[in-house]
Amino acid sequence: MPFNILVLASLAYVIFLFLVAFVVERRAAAGAARWLRSPLVYTLSLSVYCTAWTFYGAVGYAARSGLEYLTIYLGPTLVFVGWWWLLRKLVRIGRQQRVTSIADLISSRYGKSNLLGVIVTVICVVAATPYIALQLQSVTLSFGVFAGPTADGWAMPDRDITSIWVAGGLAAFTILFGTRNLDAKEQHTGVVTAIAVEAVVKLVALLAVGIFVVWGLASGPADILSRIQSSEIAEWQMKPSRWTGLILLSAAAVICLPRMFQVLVVENSDERHLATASWAFPLYLMLMSLFVVPIAVMGLELMPEGSNPDLFVLTLPLSQGQGGLAMLAFLGGFSSATSMVIVAAIALSTMVSNHVVMPLWLSLRPARAVSGDVRRLVLLSRRLSIAAVLGLGYAYFRLSGGSEALAAIGLISFVGVAQILPAMLGGLFWRGATRAGAVLGLTIGFAIWAYALFLPSFGPDAVIPARVLAEGPFGMGWLRPQALFGVEGIDPLIHALFWSLAFNTAAFCALSLMSFPGPVERMQGAAFVNAFEDSAAPNWAQGGADPEALLVMAQRILGEEEALAFFEAQARAQGKAAYLPDPTPAFIEGLERRLAGSVGAATAHAMISQLAGRAAVSVEDLMAVANEAAQIMEYSARLEEQQEELTRAARQLREVNEKLTQISVQKDAFLSQISHELRTPMTSIRAFSEILMEGDMPADMATGYARIIHEEAIRLTRLLDDLLDLSVLESGTVQLNLGLANLREMIDRALASAGHTRPERRFDIQRDPASEEIFLRTDSDRLTQVFINLISNARKYCDAAAPELRIHVRRKGARVTIDFIDNGSGIPKDQQTLIFEKFARLTDQTRAGGAGLGLAICREVMANLGGTIGYLPGQGRAAFRITLPLRLERAAAE
Amino acid sequence: MKAPLFLARASYRRRRLRDAARLLPLVGAFLIWLPMLWGKSDSTARDTGMDVIYLFVVWTVLVLAAAVLAPRLGGDEPERTVTEDEG
Repeated sequence: MPFNILVLASLAYVIFLFLVAFVVERRAAAGAARWLRSPLVYTLSLSVYCTAWTFYGAVGYAARSGLEYLTIYLGPTLVFVGWWWLLRKLVRIGRQQRVTSIADLISSRYGKSNLLGVIVTVICVVAATPYIALQLQSVTLSFGVFAGPTADGWAMPDRDITSIWVAGGLAAFTILFGTRNLDAKEQHTGVVTAIAVEAVVKLVALLAVGIFVVWGLASGPADILSRIQSSEIAEWQMKPSRWTGLILLSAAAVICLPRMFQVLVVENSDERHLATASWAFPLYLMLMSLFVVPIAVMGLELMPEGSNPDLFVLTLPLSQGQGGLAMLAFLGGFSSATSMVIVAAIALSTMVSNHVVMPLWLSLRPARAVSGDVRRLVLLSRRLSIAAVLGLGYAYFRLSGGSEALAAIGLISFVGVAQILPAMLGGLFWRGATRAGAVLGLTIGFAIWAYALFLPSFGPDAVIPARVLAEGPFGMGWLRPQALFGVEGIDPLIHALFWSLAFNTAAFCALSLMSFPGPVERMQGAAFVNAFEDSAAPNWAQGGADPEALLVMAQRILGEEEALAFFEAQARAQGKAAYLPDPTPAFIEGLERRLAGSVGAATAHAMISQLAGRAAVSVEDLMAVANEAAQIMEYSARLEEQQEELTRAARQLREVNEKLTQISVQKDAFLSQISHELRTPMTSIRAFSEILMEGDMPADMATGYARIIHEEAIRLTRLLDDLLDLSVLESGTVQLNLGLANLREMIDRALASAGHTRPERRFDIQRDPASEEIFLRTDSDRLTQVFINLISNARKYCDAAAPELRIHVRRKGARVTIDFIDNGSGIPKDQQTLIFEKFARLTDQTRAGGAGLGLAICREVMANLGGTIGYLPGQGRAAFRITLPLRLERAAAE
Repeated sequence: MKAPLFLARASYRRRRLRDAARLLPLVGAFLIWLPMLWGKSDSTARDTGMDVIYLFVVWTVLVLAAAVLAPRLGGDEPERTVTEDEG
């Protein structure tokens, strides 16, 4: 294959990518590219995980260490399959907080601390630089493969020249499409689509080579399996520490790598895409790994001894005369390398610009935050950062000489970024994680990684002297870089992973437990950990910001039109017609998030703070907000209590009112009754006395008339006596004659007296004389009066054919109860509360004399005797119960 | 505003599906770690062909299970189960 055709093909491919990115950007700007933001494109863009290290290196890895290469893809598979645990929350927070990079996420979580942003940026840049160098190396090597053996006038070009062209071209592409605009959410539709196209190319290329190997060189899967069994790959040993450690490492890397974070979180345009990616991305990884072992096996079998297994994907088809297939494989490798470099450069430049350049510039010239042209500056700093990142990668490639096995450098880089994991997971799930803990954990982890893995990887005497590697610094054996604390004999990579993450996590947790977070930190912590609860973060009202100044600043960052649109929307939401909304806390927070999407949370916070003067928020302010809420809650609880009390009182009032109404009705009824009662005897007295006055009648007739007059007068007197008695009893001025009296005798007396009422009825009286032998200290006359009343009531009203009355006496402690139960039909329920009221009379038809005062008098008497009288419901018959004390002690009675 | 203690059938199903989605990576991790326990008895060589087949079958099953679960989880509905145990 002529070398110039190769160069032409790769140039054509690059131009094609440029066109794709360009067209997509144009269509996205016109708003016509909805389908470009599909779950498929999202999933394919995630394939930047598979770099040239996968494309070329996995085969080499398999040739050297058997199935161990699978760990690099099984870890991410587990993370994506378990997206409901972590990725979902990560993406949600990324969208809520408008996170621009992984450094921004950590910085934002821990109180928008720029120190943390700088630390994470440094870790990422240091870890990614060798990785970018690796990509440059793989592209250069693959050029070399085509140039080397053919020797048709095109000698192997100078490696450095090739790599500088590659690095320069990539920088141009990245700057062109990665920094076209300061998107609100830092998304790059064009680049992402180009990456998705590259993802398809590399998958197709690897599958094509794999299919060629399995069905072209070997005779199908069964043959391949037997060849695997007989090849040297079959002798690999599964070391549990590496198998476990590498799966964990790759799982950590897939979320912590800056380029993965970029495509996974920052470029995510719809959370639902993640659901698709949860199975589609593992599927992609599986397809990428499927033919790695067959290619490695056939390469080992067919290629000459000593050829580089990292390049089998390329050299195997080439050696079989499959030039077209080799070209496809070359483009696949080229795609893998370029997509990684582009995304990594975008991610790293965002971090460097937002966390290093901008804060530096702001601290040098604070006044320019408002007046200067921030927008241009941010873009410029980002472009310079891209160039710098690629320059670093190129420098590393030149310095290291590009001779190591590809896989080693990739894993070292993974361990470096894995140091971010504790701070990230802690920040997402633990509100107690603090800035101090994160700073210490990251620093210690990074230092151990550099000391135990990164610096020794340059080889003895390169950075760390061979003597230190062998004996430890200053002869301290327990500090040997690859055998810390005497842990020897395990793989250096696992050794470094274990110690760096162990110390990182321990320091992070310990200092988090001991330190106290600042107010912004606590708010951000709550917002991150409770990302799925739509609770608004507590605001504190500290206006004071001039909306116009805010608008000027926002225009410098977002661009004039977008800033105006944002302000207008906010003003409309506040119900104002003008462009300038009031600087409410909600508005300022929204604006800060919006700016954070362009320049990062820490910078946005600092800029807003300068204008709004919010920097001086103390814990006390937060507590005041919380106290206010607590007071409101307490107040409402008190109100509730009061309301309950009122309801209770109202219910009581209603009951009393009902009773009063009933009584008033009764009173009216009684007034007509009493006038009638008074009038009947008066009428007969008047009539008979008139007859007597006329004289002239027989003596016996006159005597008869006189007796009638006398009886009627007695009836009147009795009625008046009753009324008088009642009023005396009610006023409590009654004179009681206290003395010892036998209950049985009193009942005897009462029965005898009551016998005069309707003497024609025969009553069956049931008594238990033994239980009645009780001596009471009370007013026996009054008590007997109550008995008489109850018994005569029974005689009057009992409607049974064979009436009977049971008198039942019981002693309970210092009190006596006496029940009078007849076998009548009893008193209806609605009347039971009324019968003890004055003037109450149940039925009009049973006119048995009296004015309905009997039971009222009984009740007053019992109250005066320290007892009660009540109707006993639920007996199925009329039953009254009297309760009174055995010994009445009453000061007033003495 | 407490979440209700008991749920209707549909939302109960969805919660159990989410539990399944949470369990899936743990099951996957177990199955992937399982080969470490094999092949220790004969120290000569592993049955690498069988390992390849086993791991890719596990992989396929994980992908299929995730593909079945993912659309049924109902992402938009606000849900407290993830965060309820954190203070």
